[in-house]
Formats: sequence, structure tokens, C-alpha cells
Amino acid sequence: MECTLDAQSLISISLRKIHSSRTQRGGIKLHKNLLVSYVLRNARQLYLSERYAELYRRQQHYPDGAPLLAMPACPPPAAAAPPDLPALPLPTDTQDREPRSCAGVRGGGELLEVPVCAAAPPELQRVPCRDSSPGFYRVTGSAGPGSGGGAAGLLYAAGCDFGSGGAPHCSSRTTVLDLDTHVVTTVENGYLHQDCCCSQCPCCCQPAPGLASPPPTPGTKRKYYPGQEEEEEEGVEEGGEPGAGGVAGGPPFAPCTKRARFEEYNTEHPQDSSNISNLISIFGSGFTGLVSRQQADSEQPLNGQLCSKQALASLGAWTRAIVAF
Amino acid sequence: FLGAGGGNDIQWCFSQVKGAVDDDVAEADIISTVEFNHSGELLATGDKGGRVVIFQQEQENKSQSHSRGEYNVYSTFQSHEPEFDYLKSLEIEEKINKIRWLPQKNAAQFLLSTNDKTIKLWKISERDKRPEGYNLKEEDGRYRDPTTVTTLRVPVFRPMDLMVEASPRRIFANAHTYHINSISINSDYETYLSADDLRINLWHLEITDRSFNIVDIKPANMEELTEVITAAEFHPNSCNTFVYSSSKGTIRLCDMRASALCDRHSKLFEEPEDPSNRSFFSEIISSISDVKFSHSGRYMMTRDYLSVKIWDLNMENRPVETYQVHEYLRSKLCSLYENDCIFDKFECCWNGSDRQLLTFFLPPLCSIVMTGSYNNFFRMFDRNTKRDITLEASRENNKPRTVLKPRKVCASGKRKKDEISVDSLDFNKKILHTAWHPKENIIAVATTNNLYIFQDKMN
Repeated sequence: MECTLDAQSLISISLRKIHSSRTQRGGIKLHKNLLVSYVLRNARQLYLSERYAELYRRQQHYPDGAPLLAMPACPPPAAAAPPDLPALPLPTDTQDREPRSCAGVRGGGELLEVPVCAAAPPELQRVPCRDSSPGFYRVTGSAGPGSGGGAAGLLYAAGCDFGSGGAPHCSSRTTVLDLDTHVVTTVENGYLHQDCCCSQCPCCCQPAPGLASPPPTPGTKRKYYPGQEEEEEEGVEEGGEPGAGGVAGGPPFAPCTKRARFEEYNTEHPQDSSNISNLISIFGSGFTGLVSRQQADSEQPLNGQLCSKQALASLGAWTRAIVAF
Repeated sequence: FLGAGGGNDIQWCFSQVKGAVDDDVAEADIISTVEFNHSGELLATGDKGGRVVIFQQEQENKSQSHSRGEYNVYSTFQSHEPEFDYLKSLEIEEKINKIRWLPQKNAAQFLLSTNDKTIKLWKISERDKRPEGYNLKEEDGRYRDPTTVTTLRVPVFRPMDLMVEASPRRIFANAHTYHINSISINSDYETYLSADDLRINLWHLEITDRSFNIVDIKPANMEELTEVITAAEFHPNSCNTFVYSSSKGTIRLCDMRASALCDRHSKLFEEPEDPSNRSFFSEIISSISDVKFSHSGRYMMTRDYLSVKIWDLNMENRPVETYQVHEYLRSKLCSLYENDCIFDKFECCWNGSDRQLLTFFLPPLCSIVMTGSYNNFFRMFDRNTKRDITLEASRENNKPRTVLKPRKVCASGKRKKDEISVDSLDFNKKILHTAWHPKENIIAVATTNNLYIFQDKMN
């Protein structure tokens, strides 16, 4: 079955549904939230497997392992693209899953930047819901420390500071967390650091303050993360009618307009794919990450949060954590 | 589809429609449950505003042999009010989730109605006489000065205009942490069950301060939750047997004689998933929204998002029959997820039966199942002839005693005349609740805020 939405959009819609269910009359509907968490899980599996496939491909392409896939939260200035940059591929056929990027490679050993294009990363757009092989990619553990990008199950968090709605700026720092080996890898200015394993790095292992705040009372506006205020307002009403879930709302089904709306949405929100990455990292810290208001409003870099041992331990149950209340 | 004419095919005609005409639907008027009583004389609806409206069928008029009696409003009352749980800062909706009638034992009628948290037993009784001629009271109720009483008389009952009164006789509260989705009265007519997302409780109709928990699927750690209870029903004949369905598409049959807590099922009904149909939404569309035993108790029917399945209680590994309700929606699941329609909970029902002893041994002459869809369409599947029909509940094309025209949805390709393309379907017009008269071919079909009554054409 073909899906008109990519994994990222599905994740975004699903999170919005969960969010808006908090303010619906009658309290949180356990059944619906559980079903939404299944969609989230399925979309996440696909999203992560896509990133893994992309990373693996790059790893193959650059066996020295020097440049690391990074996702800064902004499109690069046009001038940064070297002359030999391949032409920005337009997403074409849904069946063509050959990963492409708008990457500019600035020579060996330097940071490989994959700017977030106005459209979401092409390889993620219009991915069919159903994997060509039976079942979805299972995110399995593999390589140990030092593999850099070779491991499966990676979380990307741009090192950008996310000011609340301020203009994003490119950062020269990227942190990658291997979900299975728990290795945190930081890339700064094109140089590859291998950080210690999380458990040995006490300074990193403190959860970001504010994670443990209690769930909000219904009827209060929630902000997941900066930069998403616009879409929050669509879905959240204080104590009022539940959002119909997602951008489309209640009007009669009209697939063409919805698809156009999502493409427009992606264009207007170039930060989304990296914000999705942040969301995944937020969920990595379990339920508390979901409800923490302070964390969402703060400008803390996400590194400390990612390093949290608790976050890693609960990662497997992150979808369930949404439902717990 | 069921062709017109021919043998025993039913020809459905519009009979009545109840409810507001305007397109602007007040949320409180949204119908949330429909149920005939055991004789079929009464038809109850519950709505989002917490009200119950009961319709009564007119006595059949010998002169009106061409149609059965019409249903008219018999009683209206406010069953549940919105509540606020201060401890949890949660509003409790007044929406009536289910109504179930008790069999009639005396002149009064009894029904159970439930919202998300509280079940109430209502007594509906008629008053057509009132006492007159009190010595100490005037006719308007004012007390007379005793010193003015010079003679005594015996008060007598005199006829009055029929008044139908509804009074709450029992309130069964505080037993459910999660949202109640089902109630079902046992065949012993003394006990009933109520089911929420994670637990099922057994009640005695006379006792409100105690209930017994008979199923509990809440995991020790809520983060390990993988499924919830979506519906539950007692077996129509065996008072120790009940089933409950889950969001994972499974049905468990439990025997209360086996243990006090029926966490271990006696039977597990599950059909393996077809891997070629796997999608992002596989879990959602396999969630069962309704389960209903057949009148004989030999079969049960389940409804999931796209299909109706008939299960033989003696065969657990797959259903005996599967009927596709609107398979054309399978390619639209993404959009239906976006607009939340994929979470709609459709109910299903069996045609009525005589419930005589013989029918237990013989297959019924006529076995039809009915369920709703979008665009105010509803579907019927004849299990014997294997034919199906799609009909529409709409004010426009319906004239009394005119046979309903079958509808057809064009899934893809060239649309024939009179067919409707999938993209033109109105997903705001959904039929979630339908009911079939227990004895006759009369059906009640609820659109968003209207109740349609259809009958078969009598010649």
C-alpha cells in the first residue's frame, strides 16, 4: 500500500494527535493513543532504517570514515555549494529509493553536510509505507564503538541551539548517538571525536534539568520544542474541541488538497526534519521528555539529554511511554 | 448485490426518520448508541449530550396492513450529566456509550445506560391513572385546613393522560479507572458485565456498592501495554461464558467457572495477519470495534475497520466467513489517519430471530449481518446467498414504501452511471450504529444526528 506521506510527516502528525488528545474532553483515550503509538513506532522504524541505509551507503562510499553525516538545522547558503555539487535532485519516483542528497562535499576529512532542503530529504519523501521486503527494517545492533556511523539505530541531533523561533544558524557540531552500543560521537569542525561510552562519562549522564517535571494539567498549552509553535496552535485548543488530528482537520476527505498542503508545510518548515530528529531524541528520554515544558522551552543543547542512561534504557519502550499516564 | 425481487430477498423501504433536519449538527445531538428492546416494541437511542430517547411502536392497525406500526417518541430523559473528577483534573463526558435493555418482568421497562465511568439502571414506567379525592389535600396539592374537613371519603384512581416516567433505580459507579466501552446483561438476568480498556467487572443488578473484577489486562508497567479491551459480551445462553475483543484483533472466550479472575482465556480466536497487506496502519485496522454473538450462540461476529468476520466458536484459528465492508478504503488509510476517520468504531448486528428451540438445531432460514460505512451508507451481507447490498440513509431519495435503491462505490477506473467514486464519499457522514428488530425485518440506522427506520416491503 502506498502512503502519500513520508515517515517524518507521519511521526509529526502522530505526535500532534497525542498532544491534542490531552486537551480533549473526557480525558486521554488510552485506546486511541495506543494505536497512534503503533503508527509512530512503524514510522520511526522506517525513518531510522532509512537513515541507517543512507549512512551505511556513505560509509561505503567514504571508507576512511572521516566525514560524518550531519544534519544542520538550516539550508546552507547557496554560496557554500561547491561547483561540483551534484544538481539538487527532485524527488521523483516513489519506487526509486536510491538515497540522494543535496550534499556538498568539501574535500576529504571534512564535514559532509546534508542541508535540509526545502523539501524533506529526498530519500525520505514519498517512501512507500510498505517496505519491499516483508516486514519493516528491524533496527538491530551491530558495530561497536569507533564505528562512527556504521552502527544501526542512530539518533541525530544537530548541535544547533534551538532558540525559540529565532533564526536557526548552522553549527559546526553534530552529535550522533548509537542506540545499541550507547556510543556518543561528536563531530566538531570536521574532526571526529569518539566520546567515551556514556556510562563512563558522568558529566554527560545527568539528565537535563526539567525532565522530571510532572505531567501538565489538561487545558494548558504544551510546547514540545521550539520552532514548532505554528503547528502547535493548529492542533491545540485549551479545553476545547479536540483537534481532528493533523493538519487536515474535519473537512471531507480530499486527497489532493491534503497532499498539496503537506508539501507546502514541508516547504515552510525546513527545520522539521531536524526537529523530528530532536523529537526522536526527546522520546528517547521517555515519557518525561514528552511532558517536560521546561525542557522544551530551554535552549539547552540536547547532548546532555542524549547521554542520559535512563534515556537509553527506556528507549525500547518509548512508544509505550507515551501511553502511560 | 441482492437483486430486486426473487425468492426471499428482502426489499427495504424507507419508513421514518427522526431528528433535526438541518445540516448544522449540534454536538449534543450526535447519536452514540441504538438498541431495540427484547420485544422490539421499544427503540432506545443515546446521544453525546447524555440523553436517552425511547421510541415506541404503534400497535398494529388492522386497517394499515401495508406497514407495521410507526415508532413515536415514548420517553426522553437525561441519563448522564457531565462530571468533573477533581482528583485527576479530568472531565467525564456525559456521552452515552451503550444502552442495554433488560427483559420485561412486569409492567415497567428497565434499561442500563452507561457513559465512560458510570452505569445506571433506569426504570421506565407508565402512569395512566392518578388518585383523586384526598381528604386532606386539594386537587392541586395544597393542604387543606383540617378543621374545615366535615366529611370523609375514599380516594379513587381516575384515568389521566398517559405519562411515561423514567427514574434511576441503581447507580453503579466508581468501578472503572478507564473508559467503559461495553455493558452486557447475562442470560441469568441477574448479573451483567461492564468492560473498560483494561478491565472487566461483573455486577449484580441489585448491588451497587460492589462489583467483581473478572478480567484485568493491565500490565505491571504501563510502558509494556500492547493491547486494550475494545468490546465484551455475555454468551446468549451460557451464563458462565463471555467474550472480549482486543485492539490487536483477537477475541478471548472466558469461562467464569474456571477461576474467579478470568485472565486466562478458554479460547483465543485470532486470524494470522496477511503479510502482504502490512502497512503503517495494520495495527489500527485490525483493532476490533464490536463483537456480537449470534442469537443461537454458535457464532460470533466481529467488526474491524475494513471487514466483518464471522467466527464459529468451535474454530479458533480463523473466521469461517469474512465480508469486506469497504475494501476501497485500504489505499486511503493514510488520509483516513490524518482526518481521524481510521479510529471510527463501527458496530455490527445480526438480523432478528424467532429464538425458538428448533432454530438452535437448524441453520436459520435467513441469516444477515449489517454494519455501517461512510457517506451514510450501510451494508448487509446475506450469509446464505452470499450476496451483499449497500444502501443509503438519506432524506433525499427516500419516499415511504419505495424500495431503496442499492448503491455502489466505484473503487477505481471508469465510474459507471449511478456509481459513486471513492473520492466523492463524505467521510463526515458515517453510520456507526445500527440495530435490527429482534423479530421482524425492521432496522434502525443512525446517521450523525438522525435515526432512520427502514422496513421490508410488505405485499
